[in-house]
Amino acid sequence: MIEVINVSKGFGGNTVMKEVSAVMYSGKTNLIIGTSGSGKTVLMKCMVGLFEVDTGRILYNGQDFTAMTDREKKGIREQIGMLFQGTALFDSMTVKQNVMFPLDMFSPLSYKEKMNRVNFCLDRVNLQDAHNKYPAEISGGMKKRVGIARAIVLNPRYLFCDEPNSGLDPQSSLLIDKLIKEITLEFDITTVINTHDMNSVMEIGDHIIYLYEGIKQWEGTKKDIIFSKNEKLNHFIFASEFLQDAKEMRQLEIMQNKDSGNPPIG
Amino acid sequence: MFFFRFGQYLLMLKGMFSRPENLKMYWKEFMHQCVEIGIGSLGIVMIISLFLGGVTTVQTAYQLISPWIPKTTISMVVRDTLILELAPTMVCIVLAGVIGSKISSELGNMRVSEQIDALEIMGINTRGYLVLPKILAALLVIPLLVIIAGFLGIWGGLEAGKMAGIIAPQQFMQGLVMNFNSFNVFFALIKSYTFAFIISSVSAYYGYHVKGGALEIGRASTTAVVVSCILILFADYGLAAILLQ
Repeated sequence: MIEVINVSKGFGGNTVMKEVSAVMYSGKTNLIIGTSGSGKTVLMKCMVGLFEVDTGRILYNGQDFTAMTDREKKGIREQIGMLFQGTALFDSMTVKQNVMFPLDMFSPLSYKEKMNRVNFCLDRVNLQDAHNKYPAEISGGMKKRVGIARAIVLNPRYLFCDEPNSGLDPQSSLLIDKLIKEITLEFDITTVINTHDMNSVMEIGDHIIYLYEGIKQWEGTKKDIIFSKNEKLNHFIFASEFLQDAKEMRQLEIMQNKDSGNPPIG
Repeated sequence: MFFFRFGQYLLMLKGMFSRPENLKMYWKEFMHQCVEIGIGSLGIVMIISLFLGGVTTVQTAYQLISPWIPKTTISMVVRDTLILELAPTMVCIVLAGVIGSKISSELGNMRVSEQIDALEIMGINTRGYLVLPKILAALLVIPLLVIIAGFLGIWGGLEAGKMAGIIAPQQFMQGLVMNFNSFNVFFALIKSYTFAFIISSVSAYYGYHVKGGALEIGRASTTAVVVSCILILFADYGLAAILLQ
């Protein structure tokens, strides 16, 4: 579990994130949503220690990460896997070498054992035939899957995904979402995902935090989000007329089914 | 701004020194950099030094118009010019462009594509893993390239003298061993170690601290080369003033 307690962060006099508090639960997909520039990536980078917080604390299972020295943070960092928005694959290494790199650096396993682990992770993300390809030779969706394989190769307790669906078609996005959800449940990981994709929210969002201009505006589950009274959240979710119409039709359907005594479908 | 950058540079150098997460991986990266910096630059160093030696011979002969000055003076001048200045300084200025731009653009690209962040999150000290091997490889390989440049420059001078009919090879060889001061070689090595450190650390600094995109990577690479060249020239004068008095 990760606890964010009154965290604030600014750059050059501008406060980007103000007194944000939240809990990220283990075994669940915790989503941080908001428009571009709302502070989602800053919050995530504060949580993994890429940015130093100005005020507040971040606790990993009760341990104060923000008060740790760089050396102490290494212990927590070895339990973290991260999928970056641009995947951040090492472009001079093949897919196999990318996934094996954390094992080479931190694991005492033999080469055969490492290969078995690499093969397991690549199989898990459905990438059996790309071992010897370079990142420039594979598609965006495949790169994301390699990124996920590399993030989970050391059996992390915490998985961070920064906009995992950016640049992907709807079908690939769905595949990535499902993969992240399955891995979260299978390995009981605390997963934190930054996204502004409502499809992801409704597919895999167990616990959702909405940020607006660096302030937490709303927190809840995907069942609560559609009927939230928060104006800013509603404006964010139903930005398109199509989705507004869908919401109204849904509400109408629920009312009609209530009147007729039938439960709504879905 | 200068003090801010200088402070950042010193912090980068300080941050390099921590216990490696895996010594074998660090050694592998160091060897990889030795090959990239050494083998990758060998061709250009050979070509430059051959022609530097040849041109120095021809131009020295052109200037020695008095028949009272023995021809062995030509090879003495070529030897000392190459060892004292052309091999360490000229070759390192060229290497600042070749190696310096390579280091800064590689690190800049890694910074912009978040590869450095990915390494940090894995728990790796990126200054130790990415920067230190480059500096150590430069300190090992660049003096060797300067030594190769010195020998090839002298050979280039010998061949140029023979082809142009300026000086016979025997006379050239005779002049090479006359009044030879071994301190010159020591001085050349001091210069090459100093320049190697400047080239690698300044280029690594600019690449490591890039912010932005492709344009900023290009700017960082150009700035790294320009700053390295200026610092090399300053250090060249400083070392000459201190050590050759």
